[in-house]
Amino acid sequence: MRVELIVNGEMRTVEVEPRMSLLDCLRERLLLTGAHAGCEHGVCGACTVLIDGAPARSCLMFAVQADGYAITTIEGVTPGPGELSPIQDAFCETHGMQCGYCTPAMILTAHALLADNPDPTRADIVDAISANICRCTGYAQIVEAIALAAERMRGLNQPARKP
Amino acid sequence: MTAKSFRFVSTDRRVREDRRFVVGKGRFAADIAAAGTRHVALVTCPHPAARILAIDKAAALAAPGVHYVLDGRELAAATQPLLAGLDTPKVPRRPLAVDVARYAGEWVAAVVADTRALAEDAAELVRVDYQPLPFVLDGEAAYAPGSPIVHADHGSNVLLDRTFVWGEVEKDFAESPHRLSLRLKWGRSSTVPVETFAVLASWDPWREVFDVYASVQMPRFPDQVALALKLPGSSVRVHNDVDVGGSYGVKRGIKHAVLVGYLSRRLGFPVRLVEDRLENMRAGDGHGPERNFDIEVAFDEMGLIRAMKMRALDNVGAYAGRSPFQLGKPIGAIVGPYRIQSVQYRAIAVTSNKTVQEAVRAFGQSPTNYAIERAIEEVARHRGLDRLEVRRRNLIRADEFPYLIPSGTTYDSGDYHAVVDKVVARADYAALAAERDRLRARGLLAGIGMAACLEPSGANSTFEPLLNPKNETTTYTDSCRINVDVSGAVTATIHTLSAGQGHETLVGTVVGEVLEIDPDRIRVVRPDSLASLPSQSPVGSRMAIMLGGAAFHAAQKLKARLLAIAAHDLKIPPERVAYDAGDVFDRSAPQNRRTWAELVTIAHRNFHRLPPNTEPGLAFTHVMQVPTGGRLPTADGRVQMYPCFAFEFHLLLMTIDPDLGKPEIKRYFVGHDCGTVINPKLVAQSLMDYLLPSAHEVPPVEIVHHVTPSPHTVFGQKGSGESGYLGAPAAIASAVNDALRPLGIVVNSLPIKLAQLGDMIAAARGQSNTVGESE
Repeated sequence: MRVELIVNGEMRTVEVEPRMSLLDCLRERLLLTGAHAGCEHGVCGACTVLIDGAPARSCLMFAVQADGYAITTIEGVTPGPGELSPIQDAFCETHGMQCGYCTPAMILTAHALLADNPDPTRADIVDAISANICRCTGYAQIVEAIALAAERMRGLNQPARKP
Repeated sequence: MTAKSFRFVSTDRRVREDRRFVVGKGRFAADIAAAGTRHVALVTCPHPAARILAIDKAAALAAPGVHYVLDGRELAAATQPLLAGLDTPKVPRRPLAVDVARYAGEWVAAVVADTRALAEDAAELVRVDYQPLPFVLDGEAAYAPGSPIVHADHGSNVLLDRTFVWGEVEKDFAESPHRLSLRLKWGRSSTVPVETFAVLASWDPWREVFDVYASVQMPRFPDQVALALKLPGSSVRVHNDVDVGGSYGVKRGIKHAVLVGYLSRRLGFPVRLVEDRLENMRAGDGHGPERNFDIEVAFDEMGLIRAMKMRALDNVGAYAGRSPFQLGKPIGAIVGPYRIQSVQYRAIAVTSNKTVQEAVRAFGQSPTNYAIERAIEEVARHRGLDRLEVRRRNLIRADEFPYLIPSGTTYDSGDYHAVVDKVVARADYAALAAERDRLRARGLLAGIGMAACLEPSGANSTFEPLLNPKNETTTYTDSCRINVDVSGAVTATIHTLSAGQGHETLVGTVVGEVLEIDPDRIRVVRPDSLASLPSQSPVGSRMAIMLGGAAFHAAQKLKARLLAIAAHDLKIPPERVAYDAGDVFDRSAPQNRRTWAELVTIAHRNFHRLPPNTEPGLAFTHVMQVPTGGRLPTADGRVQMYPCFAFEFHLLLMTIDPDLGKPEIKRYFVGHDCGTVINPKLVAQSLMDYLLPSAHEVPPVEIVHHVTPSPHTVFGQKGSGESGYLGAPAAIASAVNDALRPLGIVVNSLPIKLAQLGDMIAAARGQSNTVGESE
């Protein structure tokens, strides 16, 4: 059946089977491969996208259910070719990743958090990303990245100096 | 020794790989879509052991979008069994079961369809007629006489049973005033990368080449796939420029690649298999060691351990892959960081009707570390001594390096006491103990955990000839090629895949260091396997040593050539030229120089200005032999296993809720010495790998660094890829046992499950309550 998805601000019309997940639709039909499959049953969070600004598991949602909603993927928060958002840049600054597989979902989760709460405590950050599993890092540098991004976005800090 | 100073090495620089990951532009295997790709779903055996009487494919083949249903007999007729580590020809392993299935979840047939969903639909329509067979799951039961035999042709379940004796073990036991023994269990676990295994294979019948895109971390992956498919190695092109979404040892994928490779060639289109999580957990390559230890130690009044006997029985599951070698690697650090003089080690690998065990992080070292640490704690308890003090007394001293252990390996360098002292100082051990006692007074169970252990690094696979006499492997290469193009730009190569270890950053940093140019200006690429130099895989914490070493030596060769060209062109003796950030000048007259651009132009365009017998261009390769490697084991199994030995000391405070059994880590300190750190960002986090699952449970870890350079490596670096996992299980077990000590409980098996803990605490308190009431 035909669905109309507003993906990263653009209306996309896609023909899908009713059983196709939003994740498969984004990856296979719209070639937005920044959302990743990890467990396909809502546990790991690697498929997280923003639906009307709120983080959601795209593996637990059918594409047909997303009809009419504003969907933001990692591709949608990247400012432009070769550019990084302040959150993306902060993840690079603290090396808030290793293999990079959970990273786009972590960053979208951080975008949603900081949109609601520009001055999160460590506990707020931990709470927000506890829905996203990372197997490489132990989370410390991810928490640090989000705290750094929040600090910079509040304008309290200059970009970190180069050594 | 003190650390050298460097221009770029050891400085806190960004990790270049990160830029593509934060924008969702990583290139993972499941992101690669070849035109016309069809998809595989698997039919799996629901029984632990069963004869396959018949496979009815008709309904599946009639389902929409289905192209083929492959069974084990057809695949076996066309391919070779997968390579096994040990010499066990009667234990053949194949991607699909042939006539007998030997574990629940084993692949029995593969369905190919237009989409994965259609393939899954059709897989449910394949009807397999099974006759269940007797089975065995427990390792000791499989070892015992009378057990059901997993591979009848092999005649028993024993793949390996060898006893090594290094030193005067019996004499040392006889002469020691005290001894104790322990039985320990290390349960199966997995490292569970968030990305499951994925592979796409595409056969080009005109070029006669497979293109393989896989999320793989497996030494000699292309060779093994070619061997199984009965093709020359030059017909399998594995693409190394695929990002691996976490591996920690488990992304092996030979059977997956052979399966889709065969299907692609048979059917004439690209075929892809992306495991779902269920396939991944039941029959993927994620299962790690499952090991029983019987450990006996002989020691004196002071708690000094003189000799050790260790029996390790590993349940490797239904087939023999590379996993039995995981009993071999620990031989290179069989005494841990301690001065134990003699060791008897019995290594037993048995088959059972469980999922096949594969390599998991640290390749068997982490269970061994756990066993040694438990023994140390029991010695302290036996002598009524402080656990920290007993460790200090037994640790090898800084002035004893290089230190030869009984199994023939020499530890390169270290200052274990200094690392322990740093951690104890940072943690304020006395205050930590006071905090534990305060928590205990509040009614909580609280314990301090500690573990000291080694991370052998720079894998050279010497366990292969040690455990398989037909295998005479004495080298385990990694390589780098550096090319300076006509524009003067530098490109360096990596010939394996990576799973988040930052190897591009490593190579850029090392080449930049040698050439004295900004590492960010050095392009790092990954040619496919057919354009690659001999390389293995990022296993055994080897890449800082081996890839870093290869990059270093290739860059040195380039630098030497630039010096030679400049000396010739300046018409001065070679010893008078000096290198300065790409330029070369005359030491006697520094204004006489050739710039980088001039030297590049001479090399590429002005053959008449090159020294005689010099190849034009600037292309240099280095194939790296493992430092200290190259010798076969002795007849009594003594061997230099790995070249470098990093040290770590863990110290933590933990509480356990006495009613729920729920643990909480209050403080966690790690002291770490991995020699010279090439990029601090890359090392900082490998220390806290998957201790516990979500951001809520993982405590902030306080890391204390210490640097004892290795004499065997170019910058003094050692490996650090496996660090957290090597000591954390032992340290957590230590804390749990300290917390439970007031209840008289000792836990001697891992994993420690919440429910089990709660039950044990309840039972112990029940008993003490009963005692209280009767008094």
